[in-house]
Amino acid sequence: MSAPVLDVRSLSVEFESTLGTIHAVRDLSFSIGEGETLALVGESGSGKSTAAMALLRLIPNPPGRISSGAVLLAGRDLTALSEADLRGVRGREMAMIFQDPMMALNPVYTIERQIGEVLRLHLGLSKSEILAEVVELLRLVGVPAPEERARQYPHNLSGGMRQRVMIAMALACRPRLLIADEPTTALDVTVQAQVLDLIHGLKEKFGMAVLLITHDLGIVAETANRVVVMYAGRKVEEGTVGEIFADPRHPYTRGLLGAAKWEEADGDLLREIPGTVPSPFEMPSGCSFAPRCAEAIPLCRSAMPELKDVAPGRPVRCFLAEGRGHG
Amino acid sequence: MRRLATFWLRYRRNRGAVAGALALAVILALALLGPILYPTDPFDMVGRPFSLPFDRFPLGTDVAGRDILAGILNGGRVSLLIGVLASLSATIIGVALGAVAGYYGGRIDDLLMRTTEFFLCIPSFVLAVVLVAIFQPSVVTVTVAIAVVSWPSVARLARGEFIAHRDREYVQGCRAIGMPDWEIILLQIMPNALPPIIVVSSLMVATAILTESGLSFLGLGDPNLVSWGYMIGVARTVLRTAWWMAAIPGVMILLTVLAINLVGEGLNDALNPRLRKR
Amino acid sequence: MADGASRVASAGGAPILEVRELVKHYPIRGGLFSPSQMVHALDGVSLSVARGETLAVVGESGCGKSTLARCIIRLEQPTSGHILLKGADITVLAGRPLRELRRALQIVFQDPYASLNPRWSIASLIGDPMRLHGLAARGERRGRVASLLETVGLGPEFMDRYPHELSGGQRQRVAIARALAMQPEVIVCDEPVSALDVSIQAQVINLLKRLQRQFGIAYIFISHDLSLVKHISDRVAVMYLGQIVELAETRAARRRVLHPYSQALFSAAPVADPQAAAARKRIILAGDVPSPIEPPSGCRFHTRCPYRQDRCAREAPQLRAVEDRLVRCHFAGEPGFPPEVPA
Repeated sequence: MSAPVLDVRSLSVEFESTLGTIHAVRDLSFSIGEGETLALVGESGSGKSTAAMALLRLIPNPPGRISSGAVLLAGRDLTALSEADLRGVRGREMAMIFQDPMMALNPVYTIERQIGEVLRLHLGLSKSEILAEVVELLRLVGVPAPEERARQYPHNLSGGMRQRVMIAMALACRPRLLIADEPTTALDVTVQAQVLDLIHGLKEKFGMAVLLITHDLGIVAETANRVVVMYAGRKVEEGTVGEIFADPRHPYTRGLLGAAKWEEADGDLLREIPGTVPSPFEMPSGCSFAPRCAEAIPLCRSAMPELKDVAPGRPVRCFLAEGRGHG
Repeated sequence: MRRLATFWLRYRRNRGAVAGALALAVILALALLGPILYPTDPFDMVGRPFSLPFDRFPLGTDVAGRDILAGILNGGRVSLLIGVLASLSATIIGVALGAVAGYYGGRIDDLLMRTTEFFLCIPSFVLAVVLVAIFQPSVVTVTVAIAVVSWPSVARLARGEFIAHRDREYVQGCRAIGMPDWEIILLQIMPNALPPIIVVSSLMVATAILTESGLSFLGLGDPNLVSWGYMIGVARTVLRTAWWMAAIPGVMILLTVLAINLVGEGLNDALNPRLRKR
Repeated sequence: MADGASRVASAGGAPILEVRELVKHYPIRGGLFSPSQMVHALDGVSLSVARGETLAVVGESGCGKSTLARCIIRLEQPTSGHILLKGADITVLAGRPLRELRRALQIVFQDPYASLNPRWSIASLIGDPMRLHGLAARGERRGRVASLLETVGLGPEFMDRYPHELSGGQRQRVAIARALAMQPEVIVCDEPVSALDVSIQAQVINLLKRLQRQFGIAYIFISHDLSLVKHISDRVAVMYLGQIVELAETRAARRRVLHPYSQALFSAAPVADPQAAAARKRIILAGDVPSPIEPPSGCRFHTRCPYRQDRCAREAPQLRAVEDRLVRCHFAGEPGFPPEVPA
């Protein structure tokens, strides 16, 4: 495999609050290759969205800061860049699409102006070139009647169309990395299918790396190549999508899968994970999942397990992972 | 009790609000106890006019030789009483009408809102002057006049809050368990709608005190009572020779209004549940 | 009507709740110079649910499923049609009789952060229904609240807490306990887990199922999550633009759906299984759901239907019995329709 597009090494993000320091992301490492989709999976409070914001260096400071680690995009460490250099990277080499397109689109500007802004800033295109390119981009993301749509405002568009416009904006400079944070959560099922299909198609076409942040394992199964599962700020398991779904080793991953496979539990009660995600102020000692884990042994309550490969490229953060084969 | 304690804990975080509360407590104590501890009649001509402060009298005498300290203490009573009563009645009227208009909407809403617009169109001070002039100045008419010009803004605020809350799921949930409308309005929505209203009406006390001072300054105060505005009015002709005569009641008004504003802000912080967790 | 289909239409046994031809049109006020328009939120919806049964209503946003929920529990007044509870028409009740009715019909909302008043303790939130309906004397109330909390898997120590001190899943349990306090016969669940985390969803769904077994409550389960619906429901009604387009037993719907919209909806739902996901082919519908202000002529789905014909734009299909279910499509029941999704 060639050098990865994105290589995140031991990334930690902290927030200061009146009640103490919150370790939102701890020692997170992963990498994404060209044309690959990596899914970052977790529940609210797992740190997955914070991690994504940290990649773009969009963590509000104060109270937050990247306390350690490196984010290498095509070999360049983004954590060491100046704010000015960073602006050349954001939107151009890596772009982000959000859950709610209305938040990211400015309601007072036309679609053409908003997508054109990116082109003007990064590529320095002329006015006529910009219009042609905007129409081309809108056509690429499947917006019907792109010439007409380009002149409209965000509120004229439906939710699905807005999400497409946002994708068009993200793709304007053909970024190497696309970060998609819950890109379809606000959309309906049939529209979600359209948008996921679009992202997948564009990834194939341009060989982008895609970082998909989601809590929906259905979406992961359909679109991702590899999966990183996060819990309470830490990576607890990583593997290819086939490995994770067929042979999950961490009890949290197993619980998530059990809870997501509604259909298999026909008429019966679902397998559930008891309890709730611990508050960042009251992290249990030892493994942060131990209080909810049915298999926890005394060691789990006293020491945090390290990530350990159960197979090549299969790190799992659990003392009992190796003994837990198929089944 | 526990609620009161947590309220105080949150209120305490705003230092300005604590200072404001202290200042307000001192002013209140002066107004309530002052005339008892310093029983000089503010209308008595006790000495020579224009005597300087800290000379024979603690704060000197005014143009007619009346004791300024006695005036400040007694005037404080009148100003605070009118301020509090006027804004309390304006709040009660405004909240009641605004709540009904906001919760039920439709025709009732249209009617009430047109009425408030009518009041809001007329400059409130001018309306207050007209009302007091028609009904002869007295504590009661001044209070009523200030209340009448103040309630529409409360009504609009309350209506807005009630409209924002009436379709929330918690309200629908209460309707779904068969809760009567009056209980939803008073016990469910009101506690959530009240914080901004409390803030506005506490600030209204300050405005009411200013309005009362303005009226008294124009000679439209109760002729049988001294108030701060009246004292400024009396002193205005000698402003260049005896500035302290106007400055002393002026500073009292300023301090009181400032203290009330600080307290209002502190209430806002302490009562707003969205800020609780921070 | 075919035998199987009639069974599907009217629930097994005597229905506890029946909805007949429910219509809800909202006026939306036009501007100064534009006339006011009508939103066709519901157009002739009929369904029923039996004791201990779960009827799921699925559809995308704007299909009218939430309006249906709110009309059924009488938070909104339907434009026309009837709602029958145990055979008695409750559509026009008002005042005290309406309040009495509330006991039997309860709702659990989607967002437990919005559905509990932050100013009241858990004890008073759950105690309110008992107080309002005289279900427990003042002295007994705390004891009843404690046992209800127990029933929904929370301890009595939650009684004196406030909603903001609870997690989403805990709040939803409180909302369920509040509904249970009335000892209802029907609970309308309006997307009860879609605001919760995945691992918490399973807890709440299991709780709902346990309660149904224990108390024989009927659920009308509003959801957009098909895999969840397939898991929890006995029958499923698929809605599109204010109408039911297919009503079938869930077991039958898992095998095959007959309306082209149901087919697209079921095929678009992501499945948490990479092999199955890779093996099957999704039908990707073109465009978005049309506006309910001016629903398309004829069959409302014809603008997006992959199998549309000229007739579909002209003629509105009726909901009719096809095989073991009800379908609103001209061609359902014809051999080989709708075509199997090409693999």
